[in-house]
Amino acid sequence: MSLKELQRDADGHLTNNKEWTEEIAKELAAEEGIDLLTERHWKVINLMRKEFLEKGDAPSIRKLTKESGVDTKELYALFPKGPAKKAAKIAGIPKPKGCV
Amino acid sequence: MKNLIILGAGTAGTIMANKLNGILNKNEWLITIIDQSREHYYQPGFLFIPFEIYRKKDVIQPAKKFFPAGIKSVNSPVKLIEADENRILLENDSVLSYDFLIIATGAKIAPEQTEGMKDSLWYKQIFDFYTIDGAVKLAEFFKNWEGGRMVINIAEMPIKCPVAPLEFAFLADWYFTKKRIRDKVEIHFVTPLSGAFTRPIASKAFGNMLEKKNIKLTTDFSIGRVDNDEKKIISWDEQEIPFDVLVSIPTNMGDDVIGRSGLGDELNFVPTDKHTLRSEKHNNIFVLGDATNLPSSKAGSVAHFQSEILTENLVAAIDNRPMEAKFDGHANCYIESGFGKGFLIDFNYDTEPLPGKFPLPYIGPFSLLGETKMNHYGKMLFRWIYWNILLKGYKIPIIDSHMSMAGKKAMELQISNQV
Repeated sequence: MSLKELQRDADGHLTNNKEWTEEIAKELAAEEGIDLLTERHWKVINLMRKEFLEKGDAPSIRKLTKESGVDTKELYALFPKGPAKKAAKIAGIPKPKGCV
Repeated sequence: MKNLIILGAGTAGTIMANKLNGILNKNEWLITIIDQSREHYYQPGFLFIPFEIYRKKDVIQPAKKFFPAGIKSVNSPVKLIEADENRILLENDSVLSYDFLIIATGAKIAPEQTEGMKDSLWYKQIFDFYTIDGAVKLAEFFKNWEGGRMVINIAEMPIKCPVAPLEFAFLADWYFTKKRIRDKVEIHFVTPLSGAFTRPIASKAFGNMLEKKNIKLTTDFSIGRVDNDEKKIISWDEQEIPFDVLVSIPTNMGDDVIGRSGLGDELNFVPTDKHTLRSEKHNNIFVLGDATNLPSSKAGSVAHFQSEILTENLVAAIDNRPMEAKFDGHANCYIESGFGKGFLIDFNYDTEPLPGKFPLPYIGPFSLLGETKMNHYGKMLFRWIYWNILLKGYKIPIIDSHMSMAGKKAMELQISNQV
């Protein structure tokens, strides 16, 4: 399956996270202007997926920094303009619910 | 005698004391409410203080005045909640044991979480309006201010009363117009969200309102630090926004005692079942109001709606029956938009704020998601309702704890639930 064949929501997130693969992640990252996913990117992406599959919601930036050891500054460097949303998209999970 | 302890005598705790006092058998249960403050603040009123609509005395009453007769009140800080031992340790090391505990310790601003926020300009050119001190100091500042760049910045979500920053912007537009210096004041609303508000339909309505009032909007801005020398806020990705006065809505956190006691998440909010309102960890602890980690608004109306659900479920838990009442995330907020008008929004976990009439379908008198004078009167009347009906735990006539779709115009939504 390539990214083109997969269903996405209005924000461009995969609607079915089970269709996600590492290859799909690379394509999603390229859409966001990230050409190369480094080991630091993967650390964040994997944590996002793990947290989402366990808890049903993507972690906040605060939780991400606490549990990944990647600090906020670096998160913004890795995923410019909104790391929580961008990393969630690349991880194949919905946009973080955040708050209301 | 069995013990029920309520931690916190703010909106949520006081409502619970009043509700349970009428329900639990007095020969069997002693209700104790603990708080370090002797005063009860009408927090929705803080917003009006900088604009000289309310003064300090309008938003403070003695806390005791709202406690029912027959309960015990303890005026003390709490050192620790020892949940595994079912007891509370007070500041003077005295110990109070409980059979059931209700946590209503609220949320507070934590400006120290942002580098440079609580530095040389704090309460000189940087203010908050979520504390009585901040609101009063800002009022003093505005009195003599001759204009310049005012930046209203939300540090991060979640915050208490998520509509308050928008109301602040709208009221500032009105206030400086009235003072005849609006042309000298640039109002700039800077938010980490992708729109003016958290929910898409309301976000669009409020976004339009900002534009109409000539209030500049910057979205997706996550503050990393404040530069006190050059007077600018700087985002994590190095965008810079200069200010002459910064009205900050700092990071909100749960009470320190939650963190100290190991009962909180990364922001000291207590993980709580979103429907039953019971603690996820402890079967004899219930949580309501701003202290929870729920994806509902942190607002008095939410605490009020939760109080009915919590009462039912607590009584069921005491009787060893299944907990059947389910909180739906219902919130209901009046939003001041300046010049004697206001909005009203009504929503829950799953449903957007929609246009329509409230509380009587098709009749009103209040208009949902529309700007009317009647909605403004509703907001002003609310202070009386708060002191005289809401805190006492009475049901507000016609308004149900569960959200109703009657009289609302459902809209097709192609966008996901949150912005």
